[in-house]
Amino acid sequence: MKKVLIVNVCKEKLHYLEFVKPIEDILKNNKIKFKTLIYKNINKSQLIKYNKIIISGTSLKDNYFLKDIGKFSWIKDTEIPILGICSGMQIIGLEFGGRLKKKTEIGFFKENFKKDLLGLKREQEVYHLHNNYIEFTEHFEIISKNNITQAVKHKSKEIYGVLFHPEVRNKKLILNFIDKK
Amino acid sequence: MKLGILFSGGKDSVFATYLAKKLGYEVPCLISIISENKESYMFHTPSISKVEKQAKAMNIPLILEKTRGKKEIELKDLERAIKIAVDKYQIQGIVTGAIDSIYQSSRIQKICNKLKLECFNPLWQKDQIELLEDLIKNKFKVIISGVFAYPLTKEWLGKQINKDFLTQIRKLNEKYKINPAGEGGEFETFVLDCPLFRKSLKIKNKKITGEKNSWVMEITI
Repeated sequence: MKKVLIVNVCKEKLHYLEFVKPIEDILKNNKIKFKTLIYKNINKSQLIKYNKIIISGTSLKDNYFLKDIGKFSWIKDTEIPILGICSGMQIIGLEFGGRLKKKTEIGFFKENFKKDLLGLKREQEVYHLHNNYIEFTEHFEIISKNNITQAVKHKSKEIYGVLFHPEVRNKKLILNFIDKK
Repeated sequence: MKLGILFSGGKDSVFATYLAKKLGYEVPCLISIISENKESYMFHTPSISKVEKQAKAMNIPLILEKTRGKKEIELKDLERAIKIAVDKYQIQGIVTGAIDSIYQSSRIQKICNKLKLECFNPLWQKDQIELLEDLIKNKFKVIISGVFAYPLTKEWLGKQINKDFLTQIRKLNEKYKINPAGEGGEFETFVLDCPLFRKSLKIKNKKITGEKNSWVMEITI
């Protein structure tokens, strides 16, 4: 039986409880099997065991993963659906040639979704916690944007990115990603 | 990494301290804010004058700062307290006991971001029943020190968080939507003992005041 892979992006152990465990809890409460791995410990050959991948966010100050971006080359090679949350979205963007830009947004914001993104549509309240965002390449369709890109989907692959944290106030988005055929 | 804890003396900030230390972080100081405004959205006030005793029991220095508790001024006071902790104890990050309040946590995130400090919220989004179970499992002695919502009455003051409490609060959650860990401000707690304390705190005296569904138990330790 296949399961979900959660990729822990956090440098600090204590941040696991804040950015990864809330995602695990959503899956646990819905009896979905998962395994969590630290991003450094992932190699391509293991990925076959999983049918969905979620890449976590991390803290505002933690940009350590940027130095390790080479560890994420599997993103471009795999056909497994991926959801990137905050820094997870930034990693996806960088893997596909996007550019990292600075913009700080912290707290509750209203964002507009021009079409359905894993159950989110029209105006939605979301929780932001970021200092950076990505200017995406033409591989991606932009589904929500204010001044900066908030949500994307790859044009031909099942790869999603959200800059906000759905594990806080939009938990259903994560379940919709898991359930999507 | 050296971390300062935003410390109110209640179960959440003490448990956050416990988690940080358990994972090997250094905790050179606790930071407490005493608000003159009992209605403050940012800070929990009941029993805060007792935090000195808790800090002593844990052998961790305490930074105690006052605020008049006016809405955005109290954030400046919090920032001042955090700066003192940076200067005096070289902390590199802040730990909070925030569970679900975006109001509180986003304000603390902003201060940390401005001061270039890490911010940790180890209880973030935690299931409230799971939190109570963790406290019981890890031998925390936590009592109810204030109640502020129907149908809680003064009979709840002094109750200890144990299996019996869990059964009762589950019922109130089903019937009245009381948050099991009081995250909606339904009740306040005070920690008398936990694995970080060198000795258990004993209540010498208590004074109960309030009316209807709003009661506070002032204790002397």
